[in-house]
Amino acid sequence: MPSLAGLFFWMNIKLENIKKLDVAKPLKLDCGKTIRNFPIAYETYGKLSDNKDNAILVFHALTGDQFVTGSNPITNKEGWWVTAVGPGKAIDTNKYFVICANVIGGCMGSLGPRNINPDTNRPYGLDFPVITIKDMVRAQESLLEYLGIKKLLCATGGSMGGMQLLQFCATFPDKAFAAIPIACSSSHSAQNIALNELARQAIMADPVWDNGQYVLKNVQPKNGLAVARMVGHISYLSEKGMQEKFGRKLQEKADYEFSFNADFQVESYLRHQGYAFVERFDANSVLYITRAMDYFDLSKQFKGGLVEAFRNQKTKFLIISFSSDWLYTTKDNKDIVIALNASGADVSYSEIITDKGHDSFLLNEPQFLKTLKGFIDSMYERFKNEKRI
Amino acid sequence: MKDLKMKKEFKVIADLLPNNTRVLDIGCGDGSLMSLLNEEKHIEVRGLELNQENVQECIHKGLPVIQGNAETELHQFPDKSFDYVVLSQTLQAFYEPEKVLRNLLRIGKSVVVSIPNFGFWKVRIKLLFFGEMPVTKTLPNTWYNTPNLHMCTIKDLFNFCDEKKINIKKVVGVNENKTSIINKSNLEIKNLFSKVGIFLIG
Repeated sequence: MPSLAGLFFWMNIKLENIKKLDVAKPLKLDCGKTIRNFPIAYETYGKLSDNKDNAILVFHALTGDQFVTGSNPITNKEGWWVTAVGPGKAIDTNKYFVICANVIGGCMGSLGPRNINPDTNRPYGLDFPVITIKDMVRAQESLLEYLGIKKLLCATGGSMGGMQLLQFCATFPDKAFAAIPIACSSSHSAQNIALNELARQAIMADPVWDNGQYVLKNVQPKNGLAVARMVGHISYLSEKGMQEKFGRKLQEKADYEFSFNADFQVESYLRHQGYAFVERFDANSVLYITRAMDYFDLSKQFKGGLVEAFRNQKTKFLIISFSSDWLYTTKDNKDIVIALNASGADVSYSEIITDKGHDSFLLNEPQFLKTLKGFIDSMYERFKNEKRI
Repeated sequence: MKDLKMKKEFKVIADLLPNNTRVLDIGCGDGSLMSLLNEEKHIEVRGLELNQENVQECIHKGLPVIQGNAETELHQFPDKSFDYVVLSQTLQAFYEPEKVLRNLLRIGKSVVVSIPNFGFWKVRIKLLFFGEMPVTKTLPNTWYNTPNLHMCTIKDLFNFCDEKKINIKKVVGVNENKTSIINKSNLEIKNLFSKVGIFLIG
């Protein structure tokens, strides 16, 4: 058996210095298994007000983590949502207390397939239970309890973060005063599942993956994982956006090389994104998290469908979609709006016109950020008043 | 001046709506009417608006608004899910005003529709004596850039409701700051002297 200390050297990750909550309360997962005494890694930004009326919970997407803004202490890069969150930003950390937790199944400190399985004293690998979006959300409830927050001012998240948020609102109808699901869907479409399957198969086809046992050998199926990430990156951009960004431009060369090297800029971009990803993310985590997304179907959880999922909602919603997002389309997002309307919930909706595809929510997209800020600030005024009364 | 006139129409609409009801404002613009209804009458408002800037304006004011097109996206609202649906001065801009109106009557228990009156005397004079398509304060666009596809008069809408068996509960004519109740007996004269007609139907 390899030494445990050396296990994660490939990522050069020092996870011991990050904030973690050890959740003592057992959590029964959708698959039937129960997890106990598990860690939830999290980060907070800003200061919680005395009235506890300024807390905003952010749910991260597939490859995100708890390091929303500022500098990510693990990767030493900027937080993944630095465009929207930070001092003076749309989600202003001078004003609001922002919380984000790493999802279970992830690899940034929360319980995931790389953790040691207490039954075997070895990393879980594929013995890790298959988790769902609902499991992720329920695991984060303890964190709010720990932080002493009964009701959030707002919860938000894009992509899988938006799915977690929809689940959060359906499971806890009165835990958020306002909610902003961004570029998401209430269930994964066939195309969504197909793309995730492509990513999983790429990982599994890498011989290094070795049925998930690579962790024991202190290696990472880099090639498979990089291809999986490339698939993702293609789906995050729009056809037009990609054409405008790369076109047929060649990568630092005057003509074709007549080889299979990265002649085109778009190839070089994908390779770069793919191989940068393997430095910070665990292959088995991609399998588990994409599976959770595929299993997500909010209407399936409720007999009356999606409308029933949002019955008795007190939360005020703002749904945002991006016109060129083909992964979670405007229609996917509008279906959520329609269900919320039908259930009588308080819902606003805006479609941001942009060529930047699904990625838009992470980018400096002025109309989007303006809408986000306007909603949160106006909700804060109302929430404060409500709390006062 | 324009703002003042707008406010007059909104005031008349607000007067038609009881307190503490649920109201959907179709084409809610920057949310001025919604704010008025919410603040003065404690009405639970929702808006539908096509223009992105207007949608943002509403969101900034904390008013719930859905970005969308009333011509094609009214199906998202369930039957009788609102006490009142308000459509202010846009009926004439739809491709199929009858279809939209039917939808509004499906969504709301009652509907408030206001129209710029093409039967207003200044409009008639413009066409009759000058032979030009009328441009007035209420109808500010010229023939080639007007969004209005189906202009009508107060009398037209009155007759339309009659013909289609749509119950008219109240009609108010607005001319500058004056308002008056319109009924069958004074229809001809009010059709001549009202700039805007506001119908409560359903």
